[in-house]
Amino acid sequence: MTRHTLSVLVENKPGVLARVAGLFSRRAFNIHSLAVGQTEHPEVSRITVVVDVDQLPLEQVTKQLNKLVHVLKIVELERDKSVQRDLILVKVRADARQRADVLQIVELFRAHVVDVAADSLVIEAVGAPEKLEALLTALSTHDIREIVQSGTVAIGRGSRSITERAFERASA
Amino acid sequence: MAQVKAPKPSALAAQPQALAQAATGQEMSGAAAIIKSLECAGATDVFGLPGGAILPTYDPLMDSQRLRHILVRHEQGAGHAAQGYAHATGRPGVCIATSGPGATNLVTPIADANMDSIPMVAITGQVGASLIGTDAFQEADIVGITAPITKHNVLVTDPNEIPQAIAEAFYIATHGRPGPVLVDITKSAQQAPMTFNWPDHIELPGFNSGARPHAKTVQEAARLLATARRPVLYVGGGVIRSGASEGLRKLTDLSGAAVTTTLMGRGALPDSHPQHVGMPGMHGTVAAVASLQKADLVVTLGARFDDRVTGKLESFAPHATIVHADIDPAEIGKNRAVDVPIVGDLKDVFAALVPALEEEHKKHGKPDLEAWWTQIDQWRDTYGLGYVPTDDGLSSPQHVIQRLGEISGPDTIFTSGVGQHQMWASQFIKYERPNTWINSGGLGTMGFSVPAAMGAKVGEPDRTVWSIDGDGCFQMTNQELVTCAINNIPIKVAIINNSSLGMVRQWQTLYYNERYSNTDLHTGHGTKRIPDFVKLADAMGCVGLRCESDGDVDATIKRAMEINDQPVVVDFTVSRDAMVWPMVAAGTSNDEIQYARGIAPEWDRGEEE
Repeated sequence: MTRHTLSVLVENKPGVLARVAGLFSRRAFNIHSLAVGQTEHPEVSRITVVVDVDQLPLEQVTKQLNKLVHVLKIVELERDKSVQRDLILVKVRADARQRADVLQIVELFRAHVVDVAADSLVIEAVGAPEKLEALLTALSTHDIREIVQSGTVAIGRGSRSITERAFERASA
Repeated sequence: MAQVKAPKPSALAAQPQALAQAATGQEMSGAAAIIKSLECAGATDVFGLPGGAILPTYDPLMDSQRLRHILVRHEQGAGHAAQGYAHATGRPGVCIATSGPGATNLVTPIADANMDSIPMVAITGQVGASLIGTDAFQEADIVGITAPITKHNVLVTDPNEIPQAIAEAFYIATHGRPGPVLVDITKSAQQAPMTFNWPDHIELPGFNSGARPHAKTVQEAARLLATARRPVLYVGGGVIRSGASEGLRKLTDLSGAAVTTTLMGRGALPDSHPQHVGMPGMHGTVAAVASLQKADLVVTLGARFDDRVTGKLESFAPHATIVHADIDPAEIGKNRAVDVPIVGDLKDVFAALVPALEEEHKKHGKPDLEAWWTQIDQWRDTYGLGYVPTDDGLSSPQHVIQRLGEISGPDTIFTSGVGQHQMWASQFIKYERPNTWINSGGLGTMGFSVPAAMGAKVGEPDRTVWSIDGDGCFQMTNQELVTCAINNIPIKVAIINNSSLGMVRQWQTLYYNERYSNTDLHTGHGTKRIPDFVKLADAMGCVGLRCESDGDVDATIKRAMEINDQPVVVDFTVSRDAMVWPMVAAGTSNDEIQYARGIAPEWDRGEEE
């Protein structure tokens, strides 16, 4: 099985996310991550789905997704032709003694500290999933209290826009 | 009994467009807008049952001059009736139910329509908008429940959106691959005032109603058909839904290929056509199964490589190049890898493929298929459809069903439930035109037959409609005979009564050492006959007849045929030991087909390349 990142453009209607997610689970696909938000067109939302799946079943699920009335367009974003980013927030126990050590890791990974308390730090980091994994490994010698991660968001490199293309098709 | 003469739907379906124009701009309640919208969409017959959350809509329904509402006895009956109506007429079926249990009772027919691509619109009432999410009385999230089994569904809370939602529902249900659409409308939206506005066109940017067949792949399919030595057309229900029988006939005659019609495709090509080799699959003819297994080219037309057709998928049609034409791109390559994909409405596919094949014949000449037909004819002669009369003195179910087909004739519409009687009805009745064989193929819904027959008869009141049913199936939905009796819908029901859940019993005979766990129904010969179907028919306002021996079959059928002012129920008491043959055991290769128990056809050796 290989990892695939799909960008699904949908009409911004109630229940669309449930329909899309339901279709994956119904066909026994495990969603690795999911992110959804508005686009430059207020009536269009963009769902980024990361799934572990072989090519043939992926083709089938893409075709099934295309049959959902509110789904406008599906594009697979290949890793080397797109920018893919996750956001992570990590709460680490760090008193005065450990703080310098943690801050050094934060610096190395070009992350930020977004909250400081007497005995803890909240670190915010944005990056490709591999980078964030490396950050977590580096932090693992410390007492990690909480982790929260966004789903991957991804966008194709270059000037082409998939939303524009979706609208061209819709109005054609 | 109310003697309302069933109006002919086609006569009523006049000019919905003018109706929409007249209604646009009118102030009315959301409930009145639902009725007006159904009228504008061209609906003439709806099946339903009122309840709290749909009650506002039943009030203006009473005044509608265009909608005939048939009050069913169970919402499942409304759903299957809408299916039968749609299947018989090609027009979308409509069913109406209230919220909660009314809506959940529609779940089975909706799932059935989704599997068999039947255009259907279901209207359900929902609790008031302010009550949604409070576990209110008769609240169920029917949009959530039916999302995986509808082509589309929608919750409407704003009364002004009702016409648009219903217009889109009919559009989606009938365009592209047909299917069920559910519109769930809150009671608060039904009660609120609105201004009616029927959309003059439908704009759904995410909805693909189907591509035009690609000239290049059509060309390639034609070249293959012109050069194949062992071609088979594998025809499914898509040809019937598309109304493309005429095109199929042309392609059949021109190509000279063998044609097999699936359970959903029966009637797409007349059974009397010499190139028709029968039904494929688990209970298909040896000739159909064998020709697919030995084919060098399979042209799949509106079929979907269902497991009941392919048997063990890896060994299905192992030597064949596959052409697959379907309106739904998701079917292409879903189960079987395809060499030549054609996406499009089958009517368009035939319109392109027939002239393309004529061109190819000019180039290559007509293919020499003599050896292929010699082989097929040998299979047909040696392993024709047949049955061994049972030795317990009771009727053979196959004989009953065969005579029903012969006596009632090819203009009759037959519906069936699911099980042995369904398979025999697909085997032993000769179908000569499309939309005459209505059954639950994909979902396999027991209890489909009686309500589907009711719907078919409402849609096609001038045709004889026979519901062929099992004693098990019949006990699931026979309450709709009351609906038929009261609404003057004179269907005829043939209960193939073997006093058991016959198909399950057959599997117990074959695979479970004749241990008959929970398949005895006590309805047949020599039992207490609970229920007594003749008495039950009588209690429901129908004529009840019983036939217990082969000698009485013809006379009983003829008697039933003479009664046209009342539904008729015939209890055909048949042997429970009769089995459906041929059979490919589940999960095995089609090469392992058994002609009868323990008898496998001998394949010609040295045929394969």
